[in-house]
Order: sequence, then structure tokens, then C-alpha cells
Amino acid sequence: MSLKASHLKVGDTHAERVVENLSRTQLVQYAGASGDYNPLHTDEVYTTQVAGYPTVFAHGMLSMGLTAKMITNFVGDGRLTKYGVRFTNQVWPGDSLDATATVAALREEGGKHYVDLTVSTTNQDGKEVISGSATARIDP
Amino acid sequence: MTKITFPVEASHIMMFARAVGETNPVYLDADKAKRGETDGIIAPPTFPQSVAQFDPEYHLRPKPGQKWFGSAKTPSGVEGKPASSGGLHAEQHFEYHRHLRPGDVLSVEIKPGKTWEKESKRAGKLLFSERITEYRDQHGELVVTARSVAVKTERPVDAG
Repeated sequence: MSLKASHLKVGDTHAERVVENLSRTQLVQYAGASGDYNPLHTDEVYTTQVAGYPTVFAHGMLSMGLTAKMITNFVGDGRLTKYGVRFTNQVWPGDSLDATATVAALREEGGKHYVDLTVSTTNQDGKEVISGSATARIDP
Repeated sequence: MTKITFPVEASHIMMFARAVGETNPVYLDADKAKRGETDGIIAPPTFPQSVAQFDPEYHLRPKPGQKWFGSAKTPSGVEGKPASSGGLHAEQHFEYHRHLRPGDVLSVEIKPGKTWEKESKRAGKLLFSERITEYRDQHGELVVTARSVAVKTERPVDAG
């Protein structure tokens, strides 16, 4: 199930399409589950007429959560020890996102094995929306 | 500094997992999760942020009897005042000592961190502020630490 250090090398990648044609309804779903009801994500009238954006846009945390799915599918369940991102561009309804993890380092610390990953998520135009890193405990 | 009690529940984990498009049984199916490496359901990596549900003062949730800045009869419920969302999310970092499980009752402390400014071509002056959130379990053990950076922009960030 889990990754093995002996089967990995620096530069290896794992990529997944984490959302296809993101719907406004999924933004509502994420607002309800997370408790973040910022109208910028669900209220078209407020967002266009008051805030001055072309339309509602995704919670950064939704993009981070979608990207996490790719990482945990790669490293295994309950293996993440660190995960951090910068939100580099907004994600809009209709976007499709591809998330990629690249092995940056393989380490042994206190008898445990870890993989450090660089993480990048891009939209259908190739624009990066998430740039980050993650660390996971893996098998020898 | 804010202190919040955050009870972690399987139904909340299920709703959160669905919202991020998860189909992994480790978040959704108690029987399958029990047979796997984690010996039961765990929460997805970004789930700790939904502590917002348990913050009585959380400013991005409409509250009974209080004006809400989103639209209703008019485009904003606080017309005439600057409608602020509290800024955009610039960065988020988690450190996991262990993963959260249904039945955990977390004590969560949110503390302000550093603040700084930057100029940007896309959105004018940017004011950054950091927030550190520590999640401790029912035994007092630190289980997750989160650091988030918010940014307030002078004007909307354009779609280009």
C-alpha cells in the first residue's frame, strides 16, 4: 500500500487530474463542509457587484484539499507529516486542475524513512495555482 | 488568542471528504478503514481548517440577528460600509504529529503571528498577516500545527 524508499528515486513524479470542470455547486459543498461561507466563493451578486471580481472563485483550501488527494493517493493513508502550499493564482468555476508531486529527497531520520515532495497544481491553461511541498513517512 | 473545542466526528469527515472529491474509503467507510493500515477512519489532510465550524466568533459565517456582508435585497448587506472579507488566503502549512480521528476532542488555540507589507503590480499594496493554530487532543498532546498567511489587497486581483 505504502511507498517504499527502495522503489523511489529523486525526480520521480506522480500526477493526477484532481478536478474536471469545477462547478459552483462544489464551492457551495466546500463552504458547507469547511464552515468558510465567504460570499466571494458562493455569492455571484456580491462577488461581481461589490467585490469587483468577474465571478465567484474557489476557496484556496479547496484547491489545497483537491491537491492533497493526489499526494495521499501517492504516499498512502496517514503517512503525511508535513504539507504546505502557496496559492499562486485563483481557481475559477469551469477550471480543471492537474496536481503533480515530484520526489525532491529521500531521507532517513531516527531509523524512519521519509520522502520530501515538491507539489505543483496547474489549471487547463498550464497556469500554476498551487505551489508547495510535502513530507511523508514511507517504508524502507 | 482564541481557544476553541473541536469535536471530530465521522459525519463531518464524510462531508468534508466529499467536498474535496475524495473517494478513498479511509475517510468514508468505517469497515474498510478498519481493515487498512490506519485501523479506522482518519481525517483528510486539510480537514483541521474546518475548526471554523466550532469558532463561535468566526467572521465568515452568517449569524442570527447580525448583518451579513453578502447579498440579499441589495448586493451587500452592509452597504455604505467597506465590505471586507478579511482578505485572501496566501499560504497554508500543516505539520502532522498524528492524523485526526472521529472521537478526538481537540483543544485549538489560534494565535496571531507576524505581519508584513509588499507592493504588487496585480493588486496594489499587499498586507500580509500570519496566524498559528495549534491542535491538541484529549490527552493534551499536540497533534497538528497549522500556519496560515492571509493577504489584504488594495484592489481585486484580476483574472489575468
